[in-house]
Amino acid sequence: MIGLQPNDMRTAARRVRGLGAARSGTRDFWHQRVTSVAGIPLTVALIVIVIALLGRSHAAVVQILGSPFVAIIMLLFILNSAYHMWIGMQEIILDYVHDDKYKFLSLMMNTFFVIAVGLACAFAILKLSFGV
Amino acid sequence: MVEITLPKNSKVAEGKTWPRTSHATHLTEFKVYRWNPEDGENPHIDTYYVDRDDCGPMVLDALIWIKNNVDPTLTFRRSCREGVCGSCAMNIDGTNTLACTKAMDDAKAPLKIYPLPHQPVVKDLVPDLKNFYAQYASIEPWLHTITPAPEKEWKQSHTDRAKLDGMYECILCACCSTSCPSYWWNSDRYLGPAALLQANRWVQDSRDEATGDRLDNLEDPFRLYRCHTIMNCSKACPKGLNPAKEIATLKKALVDRQV
Repeated sequence: MIGLQPNDMRTAARRVRGLGAARSGTRDFWHQRVTSVAGIPLTVALIVIVIALLGRSHAAVVQILGSPFVAIIMLLFILNSAYHMWIGMQEIILDYVHDDKYKFLSLMMNTFFVIAVGLACAFAILKLSFGV
Repeated sequence: MVEITLPKNSKVAEGKTWPRTSHATHLTEFKVYRWNPEDGENPHIDTYYVDRDDCGPMVLDALIWIKNNVDPTLTFRRSCREGVCGSCAMNIDGTNTLACTKAMDDAKAPLKIYPLPHQPVVKDLVPDLKNFYAQYASIEPWLHTITPAPEKEWKQSHTDRAKLDGMYECILCACCSTSCPSYWWNSDRYLGPAALLQANRWVQDSRDEATGDRLDNLEDPFRLYRCHTIMNCSKACPKGLNPAKEIATLKKALVDRQV
């Protein structure tokens, strides 16, 4: 059993009850499902857009990605995927990383990474859209 | 972090091959996990040959035959020998199941017999289920009411009673929980399929008046949400129950009360 030390004199009931229930987790569970469902049409749209871009010149690609309709789909895909990825990675960390030090560190890195990557992708699309 | 390899003192070695009874013609080979806390040695796998003409058809019959005829030190739990008590749960041929309801002919020979995975071992095939039972106790498996008790009994419609089918049959053998990878990694905080199925048994009980409190105590990233629908629990259950479905019902109840 993970975390059980030979000199742990706490009763099984004490260990199991621990700090009590966090009364949370349902929101992440629900949002993970919502972002999965949203991901289906958005991924299909992304694939269609990428196929449409194949073999076109740079200027044409900029024009297509910069058009409001395509740009909004791309932004939705990015935000939806980033949020979905954040929850998913957090689940994996909670599953496998038990040492508090590494756990808090990796949870933080997960958040930083998702915000940085999500923002960078969104910025790229916005830059094409507004042409600055 | 996750332990990928076994600790040094848990590495399993090749053990003794016990002599076969001389007159026997119809033999089945058994490879059984042995560990004695008192001899200071690593666990080892002993080989036994069971005389099938002198023994019943189930794996438990064979273990009892070995204990009576070959090696009286072989240690395992058993009681009802008909799949009702859950005592003889062990890992047979790579699957957690009850030795008393598993026929020897339904498993590949040599039959590999290990204790339930990922629990501390007391001796040989006897796991320490203290944590498992404490988790069951933590879901408070009894009727909670605030209405004064009626003179006769708490009434329940046939339809509501039928909602407990598939849950009340659980015998708490621990086959499901100890087959769950999530339970292996987080058994200190994740309640595991058996305790969660039992929790749902009380959440769904129309006579119980503490449904919200019960859900409060389950709403936790670890206690409930370490379940990732791996479904080993439903595959392992020797009673044919579906703990994965009951856990999904609990998650749905938690979503239902929010949206």
